[in-house]
Amino acid sequence: MAAEQSYPEDLLYHDEHDWARIEGEEGTFGITWFAQDALGEVVFFDPPEVGTTISKDQPYAEVESVKAVSDVVAPMSGEILAVNEALGDEPAAVNDDPYGEGWMVRVRLSDPTERDALLDAAAYEKLVQKS
Amino acid sequence: MTAAATDTLRRTPLHDRHAAAGARLVPFAGWEMPVHYSDGIKAEHVEVRRGAGLFDVSHMGQVETSGPDAEAFLQRVLSNDVTRLREGGAQYSLLCREDGGVLDDLFTYRLHRGSFLTVTNAANHERDFAWLAEHAQVFDGLSVRDAAADYSMLALQGPAARVILAGLLEEGEAPARMRTARARVAGADCLICGTGYTGEDGVELLTEPDDAPALWDALIAAGATPAGLAARDTLRLEACFHLYGHDLSEDRTPIEAGLGWACKLDTDFIGADALRTAGDPADRLVPFAFTGPGIPRQGNPILVEGEPAGVVTSGTLSPCLGSGIGMGYVPAAAASPGTPIEIDVRGRRRTAEVREKPLYRKEH
Repeated sequence: MAAEQSYPEDLLYHDEHDWARIEGEEGTFGITWFAQDALGEVVFFDPPEVGTTISKDQPYAEVESVKAVSDVVAPMSGEILAVNEALGDEPAAVNDDPYGEGWMVRVRLSDPTERDALLDAAAYEKLVQKS
Repeated sequence: MTAAATDTLRRTPLHDRHAAAGARLVPFAGWEMPVHYSDGIKAEHVEVRRGAGLFDVSHMGQVETSGPDAEAFLQRVLSNDVTRLREGGAQYSLLCREDGGVLDDLFTYRLHRGSFLTVTNAANHERDFAWLAEHAQVFDGLSVRDAAADYSMLALQGPAARVILAGLLEEGEAPARMRTARARVAGADCLICGTGYTGEDGVELLTEPDDAPALWDALIAAGATPAGLAARDTLRLEACFHLYGHDLSEDRTPIEAGLGWACKLDTDFIGADALRTAGDPADRLVPFAFTGPGIPRQGNPILVEGEPAGVVTSGTLSPCLGSGIGMGYVPAAAASPGTPIEIDVRGRRRTAEVREKPLYRKEH
């Protein structure tokens, strides 16, 4: 079921185990392979509403496995443009394809320079190897 | 800190089997136990409902009670009527304090006329044994022995459990439900009990720790799927079996917990006086299911008619029903099946309904 461990180089990473794919002034967010592995099989994703504002380092959604609940932390600030509705029916996509089908929200970034505080794949991988 | 704590965890004789099967091992009641294997909780849960799952429950404790006074002693400490427990039979009961608070819930097996085996919850074993030893002092013809180190315990559960067992029986026969039998299984001398904690047919096998790995291997080779503590929890919750420390505690009586059927007040067990004079309880433990999205968790407030009125003691997502399920204490007036309730899940009100036991029943 679960994907192989990976941290794609085209993404940026937050140390609370979230990733961001930045395209101009928009970003797509999700949780990393490490996060989904620690959580186990994801069975429920509680998304924010489109139009709400989220803040860097603050929780914006919840993801639950059979055994645990975890906040999903925003790697950057902005306004929610879209949520991955498909996770309502298939939350396990977060396990199967954390960087693809398991994306969580699409955001209009309010401050694209916040990316400077995020980690690249190599730095993030070093971080998770220590924990 | 974490590493030091992990070093002190006890391991069952099957530890390397778990590691080889891709288990995620976690601390549980002082033991390092498999919470799930590589296929995951849902797959293990479903396998127990339609095939056979194999659980290592060697962390559970055992107490042997024997002698001419053993029956009288157990009648005093256990809530059920031990005189009605036949040789080769099994009986569920509570261990209560004088005030009726629950110290543990346990199965007792009568092995011979004056010889009993009681299985304790791992987290409670030492306290249970101390309690039993203390109350044994007023009896003369009695031996109460901590036998936890003598046994490993495997639970083979599911509709295929008896077929798998039958193929490995070398001497003796499998017991019926709620009965025990001595038998040799795949080279291991076992006490087989027709009991379990999943709501499925199945058996629990008690054997010497040295024989447990080969027995595990034989059962897996015969088709059983390794299943961990997480699936054990979702299975027992669908079946509405209580879990001590969640649905049962020293602060609740067995009557509130819906276990009055296991309390025979006229046997004068410790706690019976308090239960007799307490009258009808204000709160009742009820099973419930969500009617919308969300997953209840232990500690979530329960609202009745919009007001906080109770608390969730167990909650999960039911793999078979696909909805949030749980148990919790509510005022007796709100305990009837069909009563609409809400659960406050971290600030969000989720709609639910009180249900009948069990929450999941197999369609025949």
